[in-house]
Amino acid sequence: MTMPREESNHAIITVIGRDQIGIIAWVSGRLAEYHVNILDISQTILNEFFTMIMVVDLEPSALKLDVLASALEQEGDDKGLQVKVQHEDIFKFMHRI
Amino acid sequence: MTITFAREEIQQTINMIHKENLDIRTITMGISLLDCSSDDIGKMEKKIYDKITKNAGRLVEVGEQISARYGIPIINKRVSVTPIAIAAAQMNVDEMVRIAKTLNRAAREIGINFVGGFSALVQKGFTSGDLALIDAIPQALSETEFVCSSVNIGTTKAGINMDAVLKMGNVILKSAQLTADNDGIAAAKLVVFCNAPEDNPFMAGAFHGVGEPDTVINVGVSGPGVVAKVVKKYPEADFSELSNLIKQTAFKITRMGELIARAASKALDVPFGIIDLSLAPTPAIGDSVAEILENMGLERCGTHGTTAALALLNDAVKKGGAMASSHVGGLSGAFIPVSEDAGMVRAVEEGALTLDKLEAMTCVCSVGLDMIALPGDVSAETVSAIIADEAAIGMINKKTTAVRVIPAIGKKAGDRVEFGGLLGGAPVIAVHPYSSKLFVHRGGRIPAPIISLTN
Repeated sequence: MTMPREESNHAIITVIGRDQIGIIAWVSGRLAEYHVNILDISQTILNEFFTMIMVVDLEPSALKLDVLASALEQEGDDKGLQVKVQHEDIFKFMHRI
Repeated sequence: MTITFAREEIQQTINMIHKENLDIRTITMGISLLDCSSDDIGKMEKKIYDKITKNAGRLVEVGEQISARYGIPIINKRVSVTPIAIAAAQMNVDEMVRIAKTLNRAAREIGINFVGGFSALVQKGFTSGDLALIDAIPQALSETEFVCSSVNIGTTKAGINMDAVLKMGNVILKSAQLTADNDGIAAAKLVVFCNAPEDNPFMAGAFHGVGEPDTVINVGVSGPGVVAKVVKKYPEADFSELSNLIKQTAFKITRMGELIARAASKALDVPFGIIDLSLAPTPAIGDSVAEILENMGLERCGTHGTTAALALLNDAVKKGGAMASSHVGGLSGAFIPVSEDAGMVRAVEEGALTLDKLEAMTCVCSVGLDMIALPGDVSAETVSAIIADEAAIGMINKKTTAVRVIPAIGKKAGDRVEFGGLLGGAPVIAVHPYSSKLFVHRGGRIPAPIISLTN
């Protein structure tokens, strides 16, 4: 079935959890495997709590957003990280007029 | 390229969804059955089944895809149809029950949660189809799982049909009696309206009005938890600030509904109707309208000040929401169901919230007396009188009011009933012991109020 065609195929990936070595390496490694292009990254650590927000482009990838989401979520879960992959429109719609 | 979103904004959206129970409560597809009429019940059943399964066959699948794409839960996928008393006006009582079962089969086939529209609009009087449908309600609801029913017994323009009010008291009681083993669940699928909206996506009162297109997508958003959190965060805010904070939150919630509605409309190739911006609580802790009111500074929901707090909340929600969507409709306001709201349940259990206070609250919020368990020995006349009071509030205030009460057969005030799932459970609430029998048996119509003469 065809989903509504948005202008962009950008998604926001958020990773939240206790800080540990190699989080960004893991996410970006997976994204490279899936041919997902990283457009921007921002990351902070507050009270040992790691938060990363990444803007990615799924256009070059054969992978659909929901498949990427469930793959990363599951793997993140095993590492004790909460990973979310969401189409950027939800943030655009909520906070921009 | 730079991140076009502030970190706080992204964090806020994620928190709303994962910590504060923000969700899309329902995507409801309205489907007209006006072209399904036939003198032959068998043919009509087939036409109805085919039309629903053909048009809404992909509703659940599309809902799940959209949910995964945007990372937001979509709790219910539903269908509303043309009021059956209109679409099947020529049918008798037994045939009406068969149509209810056809709706039920179609709902099961396509995997939706509810189908609404086993309905009649009788504010000024009955057609033979209306009478057949109303008589069929108790059996239809007790022998189906997914079918919801509503009857509109009054409007500001037409007044209140008191013959229908009397009938509905009996229908509610009988529906509860037929499902006494399940705490009267059939009555939980039945709403009596005054000024029923024709594009409401919420159950049990959804139906597809005759002024609607052949098919339409209406979306109901929710989010009492998000509003409760905001109110709690600013205990010092005065009422102007409080109203603004709620408006901003309602705006964000509604924008999300608009996004989902557009996506669903496009994917299903069905026109977008309206966003229903309602604060619809669930039994989950933290997803409560009562909690919002208590966070405003009331020790318990139901105490003095509750009506004022609710009025502010309801108005601020509408103001924020109206800015966020091009088409806001349906019920749009704060719901105050008892069994579906853990805060309301606690308030009733502790004696802070009574039926009379709930009635007062319905003057300033969306809908009416909702999901309230009554003592099992309540008379049909008392149920009718409760409906009449609520309809009078709607008629005079030009707003939708509704009654969805469940006589708890074999139980008395203070006992508990359990409906399960999103319907929750609740303590049985006391009714006045004095009779309204002579009043509701007068019959006829309460004339439309002077404010109906607007032309």
